[in-house]
Amino acid sequence: MREIAYEDLVKSVKAMVMHTASHLPEDALKAIEKAYEEEQSEVAKSVLKQILDNAHLASEEDRPLCQDTGLAVYFVNVGEEVKVVGGHIRDAINEATEQAYKEGYLRASTCDCFDRHNLKDEIGYNLPAIIHFDLVPGDKIEIEYAAKGGGSENVSRATVLAPAQGKEGIKAFVKQVISDAGPNPCPPIIVGVGIGGTFEVAAKSSKHALFREAGTPNPDPDLNAFEQELKEELNKLGIGAMGMGGTQTVLAVHVEKNPCHIASLPVSVNVQCHSSRHSHITL
Amino acid sequence: MAEYHLTTPLSDEDVSKLKAGDIVYLSGTIYTARDAAHKRLVDLIEAGKELPFDLKGSVIYFVGPTPPKPGEPIGSAGPTTSYRMDSYSPILIEHGQKGMIGKGKRNQAVKDACIKHKAVYFGATGGAGALIAKAIKSAEVIAYPELGPEAIRKLEVENFPVTVINDTYGNDLYEMGRAKYEVKD
Repeated sequence: MREIAYEDLVKSVKAMVMHTASHLPEDALKAIEKAYEEEQSEVAKSVLKQILDNAHLASEEDRPLCQDTGLAVYFVNVGEEVKVVGGHIRDAINEATEQAYKEGYLRASTCDCFDRHNLKDEIGYNLPAIIHFDLVPGDKIEIEYAAKGGGSENVSRATVLAPAQGKEGIKAFVKQVISDAGPNPCPPIIVGVGIGGTFEVAAKSSKHALFREAGTPNPDPDLNAFEQELKEELNKLGIGAMGMGGTQTVLAVHVEKNPCHIASLPVSVNVQCHSSRHSHITL
Repeated sequence: MAEYHLTTPLSDEDVSKLKAGDIVYLSGTIYTARDAAHKRLVDLIEAGKELPFDLKGSVIYFVGPTPPKPGEPIGSAGPTTSYRMDSYSPILIEHGQKGMIGKGKRNQAVKDACIKHKAVYFGATGGAGALIAKAIKSAEVIAYPELGPEAIRKLEVENFPVTVINDTYGNDLYEMGRAKYEVKD
């Protein structure tokens, strides 16, 4: 059984979280640059220019890209032949999150659902992190991370369609969600679509779809074609950067599909703003 | 599309010349407030009590900044989504507020208040928090420090770049822009 020290895990995750807050990953940057080149509206083009300037400034001066530094969301694949010594994996990730958000001057954004008071002094600074664990073969720990803002999360939706509605029904639902969202989620956006499974599996898949590098093709050729079709449809909405009207509303659509019940067709749409802050490490 | 440089407090004359789509560079004092602070301001108005700042001609920026690094006035400070302030903004506009800065759609009540009492809603670029912070020269918490990022701050800004979304004539840039680029099947 391979061993990883608790402190090493904390150190690696903390470094990743701090870096991600101020450095827009290459895939997002390239997608926005492409949108800037292709945009036909002058107003939207000037907004895209500001977004690119902001990304360069943030990384040069090590400043948070956005004041909404998000809830810390992780997908963690733990190999069956590796163990963390000196503490629990969950504690290590939470500790790393708290340290990174505090020391990086990031915002603590977790609060109580009802009275809305900030939980930084009770649970911890921007804690708890949202962690989705999975067990996999091997002796590695793979950690995918994203800082997920509230504005794009607020327009995300899930439903369960009738099987007869099929692909056309999915397309109509996704289009309705993005149309209703309009300027609110900070377009240009990345759209994660989770199809199938049960209700919660669709939602989780739509989140995980956002962790894929924007612009990389879906390995499943049918899904890849469906993603392109959806992207084209959504860009017809004309929402544009920050909703000011334009041809570049969606940077990418990512779809994940799961087998589902013979009676159901669950669909979830999770929206990611242009500040797509994500990263991953393997230990 | 015109460009203007305006200094706060804003007058009826200032806001009346603005049209949806115009670019404005704002300078002077503006105040920050999000949902929780808006609720407290409206509660004070309803109780007939004095507010922590003068609403007349004021501009309120919907923002919850990141904590400042040592020696800096403010952290990253981009706009938050404005609809959460929709139930409060018309009351503040009725009492003299002239400008709001945020991102995203407003409801009809806010748009109507902008026409009736002459006020405008400006959009700033969401997710450009580091860039916008450059326009903020100083920041001071003047009320509700217990709200943390949601406290009311008095900001001194220089050439803060915003776009007019809703003007005093009922125009809405989000609707106009989208209508122009929407492709109907």
